Amino acid sequence: MDLKLDAVTHRYSDTVVLRDISLDVPSGRITCIVGPSGCGKSTLLRLLGGLEKPSEGAVRQLGAPPQGCLNALTYIFQDFALLPWRTVAGNVALVLEDHRVENQSEIIADVLARTRLTDFAGALPKQLSGGMKQRVAIARALAVNPAVMLMDEPLSALDSQTRELLMDDLVNLWTRTPFTAVYVTHNLAEAVRLGHRIVVLSRRPGEVREIVEIDTPLEARAHGDPVLDAQQQHLWGLMRDEAAAADAELMNV
Amino acid sequence: MSDQVPFRGGGFAPVPVRGVGIVVFVVLIALAEWGTRSGWISSLTLPRPSDVLGTFAELWQSGLLFKHLLPSLSRLAVGATTGAIAGITIGVLIGLFAYARAGLVPLVAALFPIPKIALLPLFVIWFGIDEGSKYALIAFGTFTPTVVATYAAVDNVDRTLIRMGQSFGLSWWSIVRKIVLPGAMPGILSGLRISLTIAIILLVAAEMLGAEYGIGAYILEAGSLYDLERLFAGVVILSVLGVIVSSIIGLLERHVLRWRV
Repeated sequence: MDLKLDAVTHRYSDTVVLRDISLDVPSGRITCIVGPSGCGKSTLLRLLGGLEKPSEGAVRQLGAPPQGCLNALTYIFQDFALLPWRTVAGNVALVLEDHRVENQSEIIADVLARTRLTDFAGALPKQLSGGMKQRVAIARALAVNPAVMLMDEPLSALDSQTRELLMDDLVNLWTRTPFTAVYVTHNLAEAVRLGHRIVVLSRRPGEVREIVEIDTPLEARAHGDPVLDAQQQHLWGLMRDEAAAADAELMNV
Repeated sequence: MSDQVPFRGGGFAPVPVRGVGIVVFVVLIALAEWGTRSGWISSLTLPRPSDVLGTFAELWQSGLLFKHLLPSLSRLAVGATTGAIAGITIGVLIGLFAYARAGLVPLVAALFPIPKIALLPLFVIWFGIDEGSKYALIAFGTFTPTVVATYAAVDNVDRTLIRMGQSFGLSWWSIVRKIVLPGAMPGILSGLRISLTIAIILLVAAEMLGAEYGIGAYILEAGSLYDLERLFAGVVILSVLGVIVSSIIGLLERHVLRWRV
């Protein structure tokens, strides 16, 4: 299933947050969205998943979601959004219970194995490190077999070592079974590491400034790769002035 | 110069100290005992603690203790349970529905400051002089603080969790049952701590009219006769009741809120 943004403009009262954005999210690939803070990246993600309605234009699904998909558009949040009163397995079960699937415990066992959390199935979120919490959230998202994963700065709340480890995890997950994802981040290193296609937004009102395609396969991307470094430099060049200007802006919320 | 760096941290964090609470009780009671025995405190000012204990033993032996305690406990149980259940229900409705909030929050604000004791005659007319009016008074007194605590607790449930539930396509009822209610539980329980204490306070008021037996009736009778020993024996029972209720809620919190950080 592909997602398509059709000339989407979005406003909060009088403030235009996003202007005339047209974008394809092809299936089986990771689309990264980068931009200076306050450019509407997270709003764009909320529009994509139907948590908000665009003021103008439309968000379209092309094609049917895959077989066995319980929740086509599934989010992974920056702050994990785990229920603190449920165990790891219970948090995954939460999103399956409403669908009355027969093999619920099998699905839970499978996704916990894929995120290497089998040994922690009975632990409460307060016992887990940040990286593990986000892995639980990823397991929960995988459990509903989503058509598109919508990831809202999933690594921003983690320290840099954990971030590296979790990026490896995501790459491994993707190479084993490619999934479709929209990955919002302000971290360019994450974008060039995980993105097949990187969409650069300008500062508010957010518009598509450039779309960069990276052809190096995910599993072959390593630190110090000159091609990737050049891409990152290029992206930074695009964003630098915007970011500086965005930083100097007054918040009028 | 090689002075040690002065320590400026510490403090401002509650540290559990064992036994001090009991020591305070013991010292105060010992002081009262010594004062009344030495004549420094006249027996009209304060009863001798040992006499209060004697009265208590008498109550126990004559079987009157349970004759007074059981009706009171059942009034407390029925009244407080009704009030708490109604309060939690209305509180959750206010938390969930804009119309319920707009309509009921002003009403609750108007009811809250009414001294419920003042309404006792009204309740006697409405619910009869028997148990009905007593249940109603206690229930009404428990209701208002529970409502306020509950809707505040529902308001404070982490919005990101609710958004997560919606994004996974959970049904409205699932979100309420699995996210909102457990999330509001800490606030509801701490509200119950207050409203159940108020229920104990109102127990005495409820037994002012038409009660032969009951801790409240016992205290009021002793009070009107200036029988300080019996008055204090009754007051001590209420205090113990308060401590028991508070520790039950403490146990409940520890059990239900194990997940809390």
